[in-house]
Amino acid sequence: MNVATPPDALAAEGLDVCYRVRGRDRVVLRGLDFRIRRGESFGLVGESGCGKSTVALAATRYLPRNGRVSGGRVLIDGRDVLELDNAELRRLRAHSVAMVYQEPAKALNPSMPIGRQVAEVFEVLGSPRREALEKARAMLGRVRIADPASVMVRYPHQLSGGMQQRVVIAMALAIRPSLLILDEPTTGLDATVEAEILDLIEQLRREYSTAVLFISHNLGVIAGMCDRVGVLYAGRMVEEGPTRAIFEDPRHPYTVGLLRCLPRRGRSKAQGRLDTIPGQLPPIGAQITGCIFAPRCVLADDLCRAVDPPPVRLSDGRVSACHHHERAPDLPTTAPPARRLAVLVDQAAVPVLSLDHVSKSFGGGAVTVRAVTDVSLELWAGETLGLVGESGSGKTTLARMILGLTGPDAGSELRINGRALASHAFQRHAAHRKSLQIIFQNPDTALNRARLIRRLISRALGKLAGLAGAERLERLHALIALVRLGERHLDVRPRQLSGGLKQRVAIALAFAGDPRVVVCDEPTSALDVSVQAAILNLLADLQAERQVSYVFISHDLGVVRYLSDRIAVLYLGRLMEFGPAEAVFSGPHHPYTEALLSAVPSVEGGRPERIALRGEIPSPVRPPSGCVFHTRCPRKIGAICERDVPQLREIAPGHSLRCHLHLDELGGAQAPAAADQASVS
Amino acid sequence: MSGLRFVLRRVALSLVTLWLLSVIVFLGAQVLPGDVGRAILGPLADPRAVAALDHKLGVDRPLLVQYWDWSSHFVTGDMGRSLVYRQPVGPFLAAALANSLKLAAIAFLLVVPLGIFGGVVAAMNVGRALDRIITVTGLSMTVVPEFVSSIVLILIFGVWLEWLPVSASWREGAGAFTQFRHLLLPAVPLVLVLFGYIARMARAGTVEALDADYTRTAVMKGLPFRTVVWRHVLPNALLPTITVIATQMGYLIGGLVVVETVFHYQGIGSLIYNAAKAKDFPMLESGVLMIGVVYTIATLIADVLYSLLNPRIRFGGRE
Amino acid sequence: MSEVTTASVAVETLRTVRRERLRVILRSPTFLAGAILVGFWILCALVGAAVVPVDPYATDLLHELAPPSAAHWFGTDQLGRDVFSRVIVGARDILTVAPLATLLGTTLGTALGLVTGYFGGIVDETISRLIEAVLALPLIVVALLALVAIGASDSTVVVVIGLVFTPVISRTVRAAVLAERSLDYVSAAELRGEGSLYIMFVEILPNVVPPILVETTVRLGYAIFAVASLSFLGFGIQPPSADWGLTIADNYGLIDGGFWWTVTFPAIAVASLVVGVNLLADGLSKALAE
Repeated sequence: MNVATPPDALAAEGLDVCYRVRGRDRVVLRGLDFRIRRGESFGLVGESGCGKSTVALAATRYLPRNGRVSGGRVLIDGRDVLELDNAELRRLRAHSVAMVYQEPAKALNPSMPIGRQVAEVFEVLGSPRREALEKARAMLGRVRIADPASVMVRYPHQLSGGMQQRVVIAMALAIRPSLLILDEPTTGLDATVEAEILDLIEQLRREYSTAVLFISHNLGVIAGMCDRVGVLYAGRMVEEGPTRAIFEDPRHPYTVGLLRCLPRRGRSKAQGRLDTIPGQLPPIGAQITGCIFAPRCVLADDLCRAVDPPPVRLSDGRVSACHHHERAPDLPTTAPPARRLAVLVDQAAVPVLSLDHVSKSFGGGAVTVRAVTDVSLELWAGETLGLVGESGSGKTTLARMILGLTGPDAGSELRINGRALASHAFQRHAAHRKSLQIIFQNPDTALNRARLIRRLISRALGKLAGLAGAERLERLHALIALVRLGERHLDVRPRQLSGGLKQRVAIALAFAGDPRVVVCDEPTSALDVSVQAAILNLLADLQAERQVSYVFISHDLGVVRYLSDRIAVLYLGRLMEFGPAEAVFSGPHHPYTEALLSAVPSVEGGRPERIALRGEIPSPVRPPSGCVFHTRCPRKIGAICERDVPQLREIAPGHSLRCHLHLDELGGAQAPAAADQASVS
Repeated sequence: MSGLRFVLRRVALSLVTLWLLSVIVFLGAQVLPGDVGRAILGPLADPRAVAALDHKLGVDRPLLVQYWDWSSHFVTGDMGRSLVYRQPVGPFLAAALANSLKLAAIAFLLVVPLGIFGGVVAAMNVGRALDRIITVTGLSMTVVPEFVSSIVLILIFGVWLEWLPVSASWREGAGAFTQFRHLLLPAVPLVLVLFGYIARMARAGTVEALDADYTRTAVMKGLPFRTVVWRHVLPNALLPTITVIATQMGYLIGGLVVVETVFHYQGIGSLIYNAAKAKDFPMLESGVLMIGVVYTIATLIADVLYSLLNPRIRFGGRE
Repeated sequence: MSEVTTASVAVETLRTVRRERLRVILRSPTFLAGAILVGFWILCALVGAAVVPVDPYATDLLHELAPPSAAHWFGTDQLGRDVFSRVIVGARDILTVAPLATLLGTTLGTALGLVTGYFGGIVDETISRLIEAVLALPLIVVALLALVAIGASDSTVVVVIGLVFTPVISRTVRAAVLAERSLDYVSAAELRGEGSLYIMFVEILPNVVPPILVETTVRLGYAIFAVASLSFLGFGIQPPSADWGLTIADNYGLIDGGFWWTVTFPAIAVASLVVGVNLLADGLSKALAE
């Protein structure tokens, strides 16, 4: 090694990792090569099962019992991690490398106060107990915890997810490590909290000049956080290089496809279908000859199927493992040209679904949780209503009330085609039941795993369409054709199908009885990006063909934008803004909507000025007085916000919001062009 | 839920359990046999004698009256008169309970540390031969009935090696060590049955804690392995074991019935067994209910202890 | 859609998983040991009476308490009966009573667990309290109480142990049902307008079979434990059966005199049967957890 240049913070050289499952070794990482220079931030992206987390575990020598490094080396600060003895490994962990992962609640010891846990980091480095506690308090202050002294004596379960993650970050950065590994550190956190955490990481990283390995499935997050990116596919680094170059001019068909799948740049269903990547990931540990991506690649030829492409070093410091990297940018699209008919919404007609002063509170007495408060909405045939909001916003409760899985409070009125709906599904007319169906978030739990697909669909047709015998069989085939499934998918059980196929079955079940309104509860968030696009296409196609209405819930604003005609923004169970999708996204909009939009990381790079929200989402047990958003509102006027509940007022035809600010003071009012920042992953 | 509210709720639930239990025992001992007098005197007895006995026992009264009479007396410590000894049940029960607690205490003092140690050792070697040996042996011993292991032990240590006395009764005024020697052999079958349970729980808890993310956090801090285990793994791993140990009280008392019979020991187990053989219903009833009371109190104590040690319950949830 | 073409790959994988799982079970030494032990005793229970060398019930007063020899492999008891033959046929009653009791407990416990787990609320709360009260008493004690009250016989032992197992099994089933109940397919069935009975027995039940299966095997071990103990105490299987517990109760007074063979062989028989069942349960739960 050259003595003059300091060693890389992390280097993987031909790294192979395999897991032993049911008596056989399954390859998870295949000859991984990459390096992270000192102070550099490196992003590792890939879909589920591609081996991202295994990289982190192998680097810190914390593979599970059945995992082992079967080839290659990992070096941290120039030292081969696999060669270290126990004492050296401990020293490395104590001084040089730190890790932050998903689910901060689990990363903290549940039976030890926060202060002690943070102090331990300093004790390992030789500080006496008292001094360590003092340093711990200072460190908690650095991660912008407002009252470190009180947090010190608390236990993890007493803190919110965002606070817990701050504590974990404090522990990680306390030692000023030369390498910080972040494994999906903000997945599962709310968008506004996520933005806060990302800012914090970015700021401290620069301050401490720590090198970062940032692992995420979210392309937007990586784009905003990293200098360089590696794209992982089935344990193989398919492309690697500077972030800008990768995102703007990808040179591997997989990267190209991945980026095209994203509904972005404010795209909506009217502008046509999304591109998709055909096929699915090879199963973990599959034996593959040739290029690992060949089975799903439009460019694949005999060469690709026979010879594993070597990494090719291109100009501007990037590497692509593709025989045809020069043709990758011109990858043919899989989506046929837009031929989808725009749905004509007749707002003069009776709304297909209407909610009048719908509320729901749980519990009673001192601990009443007001999940939904006085929400009124209308939905017309053939349109999609997007429900947007963070945790505790009441969007799931609202959906459950529409379906009759949760009974609303007295005084709430729900109507379908103008006819009153009973509170609970079992009290509803069969006709109402079949008109209102749902597509759940997770198809694994939404389909009874004990059944054959054929039986699942037959039963739904029997119950919802009242069909039997040959007629039912005929409709069964029509239905599976409708959701683009084949005959061969009928006589298998759900677990034999991939996530995307399972979600198609779930869609078929929902459409068995020709529904008028389908609630889509995060229907793509359990799916990978490449599968998500195909499902969104299917939903939009079905809507155009059948004039069905959707109530679409998602935390992903890009997805919501793509499918929705109108959007309702909820905060703490209150409707904050409601209007046409265009108008809500472009503004003028509610300060909360504005903050939500600004929190979304975008693959176009360079996150625009983010509007920071202070503090935590308040508890729905004791919502703030006046405007419920005033505790976090960056544009709070003053006492009026704490005192008076703002009325929902119409600022344009069909567009109303709940805020004391004047119309021309609202965000987005002057700059409608800011709409494009809604592009997300 | 805060700590105090948890304890109060738990006490209230225990009272409900005990009340239900008293109803069940009452039904079992006084209603299920149908005609108690007939059950005692046998099918050939004179009907008039049966009626007279029924009247004397008070079982010809309405059920509710009988239940009230029995339960209210039980609460004040009056547990009726034994049909066999023609004396109040209370003193018999008290003496037997004291003896049984002595035996149970020895078994517990042996098995709890052994079980936890075995479980933790197995967990530390998870997947290796030592783990399999401890797990499979523990599991196998758990299901061998006490009378089987008792007899094997008596044969080996009492008859062939003559190391230990085969009877649990000692002479009046024997010292603590002599008593201990006499109780050691009877305690071992109980230990064998309980060891597997406690070791399994301790193992499961430790394996889970070893795999937990917070343990990874601790290891990644660069803490020495010993510190990781003592500070981060064991406190979280063994907390649930506390409640399991208490619920094993039930199995332990069940085992006493057999063990005390085999070793001729005057405890609550042999008291119930003899009462059952002799159809001494007042004695049986009170003995069984007393076992329920002891068990309920033991689990109550364990749950309260658990809540005191577990910060999640002690401090309640997030504001 | 080319997703269609890849589905066959997925099917292939599942079949491989099943085959691999089966191989893991069959290779497990504990599972095999359990299968051999249990298989042996089942065989004895079925055909033992026909193949034993000596009539197990024939008394021979000239050869009482004879030590093991070529004529009497396991010696003879105080009535001169052949211990070996009695041990072989002694499997019969316990292997009838214990499985029947387990079956009864599993059936009732499953039904109760489904109802309490699915409906929840007040039904669940009430039944759970009752169950807790019953479980405050050790099995043997409840069984003693009940058997004294209604008289001991093979069928009452089956009923009593079955009833005592019911709350235990229902707890396991309830926990499994509770986990299933929160899954979306149950909500989907409700939205489809399915009735409660259909949801419980047709939708949920097939998915909770694995834990029930494991619990049943574990319970079978305890049923044997309990029947043997009760027989030993005189409240279980009644004479003149050659039941092991009964035999030990009759003869253990003699071990002081060195007549070890009358009790040692039945004791080994009981122990090997319960251990065998338990090893099977262990292998089964391991395989289903993989």
